[in-house]
Amino acid sequence: MSSVPLSAYLTLAIILFCIGLYGALTKKNTVIVLIAIELMLNAVNINLVAFSKYGMMPSIDGQIFALFAIAVAAAEAAVGLAILIAIYRNRKSVNVDDYNSLKN
Amino acid sequence: MMEIAWIIPLFPLFSFLVLLIFGRKWRRGQIDFAVILSLVSFICALLVLFARFTQENVKVEFTWLTIGETQLTAGFEVNQLNALMLVIVSLVSFLVHMYSKAYMEGDERITVFFAYLGLFTFAMLGLVLSPNLLQTYIFWELVGVGSFLLIGFYFYKEEAKAAAKKAFIMTRIGDVGLLIGMILLFWQVGSFEYDEIFAVISAGDLSETMATLTAILIFIGAVGKSGQFPLHSWLPDAMEGPTPVSALIHAATMVAAGVYLVAALYPLFAFSEVAMLTIAIVGGFTAIFAATIGMTQRDIKRALAYSTVSQLGYMMLALGVGGYVAGVFHLTTHAFFKALLFLAAGSVIHAVHTQDIEKMGGLWKKMKWTAPLFLIGTMAISGVPLLSGFFSKEEILVSAWVSGHYLLFTLAIIAAFFTAFYMFRLFFLVFGGEEKKEQSAVKESSNWMTVPMLVLALLAIVAGYIQTPWFGTFLGDWLTTGIAANVHGHLDGPLWVMVVATVVTFLGILLAWLMYSKKVLSRDWFTSRAPYTYQLVINKYYIDEVYQYIFVKGSRFVSQILHFVEVYLIEGLISLVTITMRRLSIIGSKFQNGQTQLYGTVAFVGLAILIVVFALTGGGF
Repeated sequence: MSSVPLSAYLTLAIILFCIGLYGALTKKNTVIVLIAIELMLNAVNINLVAFSKYGMMPSIDGQIFALFAIAVAAAEAAVGLAILIAIYRNRKSVNVDDYNSLKN
Repeated sequence: MMEIAWIIPLFPLFSFLVLLIFGRKWRRGQIDFAVILSLVSFICALLVLFARFTQENVKVEFTWLTIGETQLTAGFEVNQLNALMLVIVSLVSFLVHMYSKAYMEGDERITVFFAYLGLFTFAMLGLVLSPNLLQTYIFWELVGVGSFLLIGFYFYKEEAKAAAKKAFIMTRIGDVGLLIGMILLFWQVGSFEYDEIFAVISAGDLSETMATLTAILIFIGAVGKSGQFPLHSWLPDAMEGPTPVSALIHAATMVAAGVYLVAALYPLFAFSEVAMLTIAIVGGFTAIFAATIGMTQRDIKRALAYSTVSQLGYMMLALGVGGYVAGVFHLTTHAFFKALLFLAAGSVIHAVHTQDIEKMGGLWKKMKWTAPLFLIGTMAISGVPLLSGFFSKEEILVSAWVSGHYLLFTLAIIAAFFTAFYMFRLFFLVFGGEEKKEQSAVKESSNWMTVPMLVLALLAIVAGYIQTPWFGTFLGDWLTTGIAANVHGHLDGPLWVMVVATVVTFLGILLAWLMYSKKVLSRDWFTSRAPYTYQLVINKYYIDEVYQYIFVKGSRFVSQILHFVEVYLIEGLISLVTITMRRLSIIGSKFQNGQTQLYGTVAFVGLAILIVVFALTGGGF
């Protein structure tokens, strides 16, 4: 039926993950960083779905996990944005470089 | 009485402790207390000696330490030799205590002085009573400490401080030899006990080489303590201490400890011919070497100190040529007459407040007691017939002659001549001649000082009669019963030995009389003819300078090299390490900038590296 192999899904997932990682580690804007984290989560979701179809023991579990991940990601995005707004009120900045209170 | 001989050293120890703790209060009573305790100690020692005449040896021991299979014991032993030594030590100690009461009167730290005397006497008596080498070694070191404290008693004088240090360090060199010898012997024999060592030797289980090696190493200890060449130079410097100390420690007892040690271990030494010959040569050389220096000294105590070194050389020579009895006999008589001489010299110094014999003179009329007593001591040491020194010296000369060491015999005869000469030189310069103006106020010393001298003078006269060729050889017969080594109670030598000894003695006295009393011979008769020899002798053969050059300068040179190595090599390496670490930590601290993104990057890079390693090694760490 389908001619798309598992490796194609995994390649897409890893590309997506790397883009997300790159964004999370390099972008200055905190909103972009949060978006990049969402990208990484979605790369994981692709993996889960792909393995639930083409894995060693195909089952519905992977798809259920993906749904959970989407739900958790939504909650995380809400909390993350709330924290971001709190920090913004405090620091008057959304620039990650300004969040260096770990240093002292 | 002999079973409780251990109590003898405890009296001085008690005196030491009491004076140390309560010394600052009731001064006068303290000193009488110390004198009385030393008297009690002497009486006990005397009772032990008398008991030993009729009874057998006593040895009491208990186990002190158990190390694996080996048991180390401690205890005490009474045999002929140490019963005799006990009496000598405690008697001289008692007399010196008595004498010091007057001599040190008015000194701020007189109780400290008596405390040190107590400590020293305790150590010396303990040394004598020890039944094994280990215990001997402990007391041997304690004696060294006592000597160090007493030499440095006037510690505010630079010379006294230096002399105390020198004495301690130089005897220490010898002690290292003793320690090594002791350990070697323990390794070979498996015991520190004198009895067991002798048993092994007489069974022939000790190889000759090993016996020679251990004997010579132990003899090095004796060389240090007894001021034999080449470790003699501390003894004259030790005269910086108070004069009673010189009499007790550096004439009668401690310096005799080396001779005592050789005598106590005599079977070991007698087993090795090489060791015996070494002792004889060192002793003979020291006897004549120190005697020549003694002839030139201007300080009365230093002249006596060189005389002590020379006489100790005589004793060593006697032991080395097989004259066990002769050595111990001379040790006994020497203890009396040399202590007498030092106490008399102390009395003179006390009266005239100088030690320079050139500044003394004409004291014969002023010091009615000291002068004749000094004369008795001088005659005894010179070997004038019928005094104690005559008999003991004759015994040594006979031993040397009979053993066939004719060169050593000749040396001893010449040394006897020198002895008579320098002793009478001292006597004539100090007591003869005209009175010096600055000494018009000289008075005789108090009875506390003259009575001990009187006792010693009596002994210096009569002590010789315990071993004479004419009235029996009581000492020799008694000392040699039951001893392991093959020694003779008395050796019959040709009569001419005695005649020659007497003749050289009188020649020496005559020469001194002509030079210093009659002044028929001018005093620089010899020195003007051989100025270089004189310079050599008066500077003590430059021994101290040679030591300074070789050892002090040498070790300084080595330490400079080592200092260089330390500064540039070792410290360089260390700073290399610290600099590397500092650079590394600067790089490391760059990462800790508080940026979460950087932390994340580092974590992921690390993870990636781990995965790569994992993949390359196939997962098999």
